[in-house]
Amino acid sequence: MAFFFEVLITGLMVGIMYSLIALGFALIFKASDVFNMAQGAMSLFAGLALVGFLHQYMHLPLWLALLCTVGVMTIWAYVIVFVVLKPLVNRPPLMLFMATFGVMYLMEGIGQSIYGTQAKGLNIGIPDNSFEVAGIFMSSFDLFFAGVAAVLVAGLIWFFQKTRNGRALRAVSDDHEAALSVGIPLLKAWYLTWIIAGIVATVAGVAWGTRLGVQFSLSYIAFKALPVLIIGGLDSIPGANRPLFQALRSVRKRDS
Amino acid sequence: MATKEEPLLKVNNIEVIYEHVILVLKGVSLNVYEGQIASLLGANGAGKSTTLKAISNLVKAERGEVTKGTVEFDGKRVDRLFAPALVKMGVIQIMEGRHTFEHLTVEDDLLTGAYTRGRDKKGTKEALEKVYTYFPRLKERRNAKTGYISGGEMQMCAIGRGLMAKPRIMLLDEPSMGLAPLLVEEIFEIIVKLNKEEKVGMLLAEQNAAMALEYAEYGYVMENGRVVLDGDAETLSDNADVKEFYLGLTAVGKKSYRDVKHYHRRKRWLA
Ligand SMILES: Nc1ncnc2c1ncn2[C@@H]1O[C@H](COP(=O)(O)OP(=O)(O)OP(=O)(O)O)[C@@H](O)[C@H]1O
Ligand SMILES: [Mg+2]
Repeated sequence: MAFFFEVLITGLMVGIMYSLIALGFALIFKASDVFNMAQGAMSLFAGLALVGFLHQYMHLPLWLALLCTVGVMTIWAYVIVFVVLKPLVNRPPLMLFMATFGVMYLMEGIGQSIYGTQAKGLNIGIPDNSFEVAGIFMSSFDLFFAGVAAVLVAGLIWFFQKTRNGRALRAVSDDHEAALSVGIPLLKAWYLTWIIAGIVATVAGVAWGTRLGVQFSLSYIAFKALPVLIIGGLDSIPGANRPLFQALRSVRKRDS
Repeated sequence: MATKEEPLLKVNNIEVIYEHVILVLKGVSLNVYEGQIASLLGANGAGKSTTLKAISNLVKAERGEVTKGTVEFDGKRVDRLFAPALVKMGVIQIMEGRHTFEHLTVEDDLLTGAYTRGRDKKGTKEALEKVYTYFPRLKERRNAKTGYISGGEMQMCAIGRGLMAKPRIMLLDEPSMGLAPLLVEEIFEIIVKLNKEEKVGMLLAEQNAAMALEYAEYGYVMENGRVVLDGDAETLSDNADVKEFYLGLTAVGKKSYRDVKHYHRRKRWLA
């Protein structure tokens, strides 16, 4: 029985890691009806940028490095929205979708040329101890990121439900033109959405990067988050956080 | 009450082209004075919605463009402005077909209307209370998702949302569409009340000519991308052509569809 719970909890933690990525997909999909192929690449790039600021090129303190990484992701958001997507407004969603492919390759390419191709360790100073609670082994690492994910999700829900800008983003995702008719500009809303997706990608990049090292497969691991989305709903922000499914999946795998 | 001074809204001979090739408006001119209710009548495809969207500049969002003529609001040229800038100036379009945000609650939907007020929390709250006094029904339904309220409530929500943005003129696109006659009357009464009490000018696009002429002071009749007739509401209601084509009446009373041989008479306007 203890084994069952251990697997369940490990599964839950892995599920949380995936839902961090799923969250990014859901945000963009909701705001612009686009499945963002570059979500994984965004996490990868954020991880690479953080390694760059923290270990590879500079040795900034962690908080500053994180801030700079979010800054880099904001620049990306700007480029994606105002350079790549802007000419495609009012075109079929398929064109936007194809454009995100381009963004994915662009990010991978630029990432490779700045930071090199080898996998990099990322150490943000969280101890990876495992300890026992009621006969179940847990890792402090997992617990930390579960906490971060919970705070992030709570923050996003608050933002979308309670703030003026959050409400505006929900309006845009329901009806672009009606949103424009009350004075909410589409591109500005998209920009904000991509910034948020960039922040979410940063958190995911850090979580995955500290665990597996920052490596290019991160760009594709993202697609393993798709089941979470399909179960939770591609356009649902709370839905992206149903890691239970992932947990159950890993229980089944290990038991068989 | 229309003072014959400078009009609040002055549309001067505009031409609108969609997708660079589809010419839809071929020189439309009209004026709306401060605090006036003017109506824009015409059949399907006459260009009513396009005219309103040309004023609010939502045509841009549909790959359309005002290629000739000018639109002036409050003495300033506005046809090159971005739609949100016009909303800020108080030009608010209530789109055809009740575009509420279906996943938002009625209250959140109304609050999106206050977006251009920025962080003015107090003003927003007062505006919301005002909307609830005009539309008590919306207050009852404040926590329902707008995707699940009735058509009449949606229309009220759309108008209420417009009211949140401090309108000086509202461009109402077929508020009567698909609503039961009693409800249409209720909504028109509220429109008149908003016009009187909040001093909001109204430009009302309608196919329901009888209703529109009953409540408006002035009317413009559109056909095929042009204004073919205009005048005071009474004058228009008495006009034989308007009676026949838009009010469904002939000199003898209700029109019989057996004598719908009016094509050449329509033509006369276009000459
Ligand atoms: N986005 C668009 N692209 C191309 N053509 C358009 C577009 N919108 C409208 N049109 C065309 O412009 C003409 C006028 O349309 P508009 O919607 O302005 O008419 P309307 O008077 O509002 O009609 P209705 O009473 O049916 O709402 C129509 O022939 C229509 O096909
Ligand atoms: Mg129309």
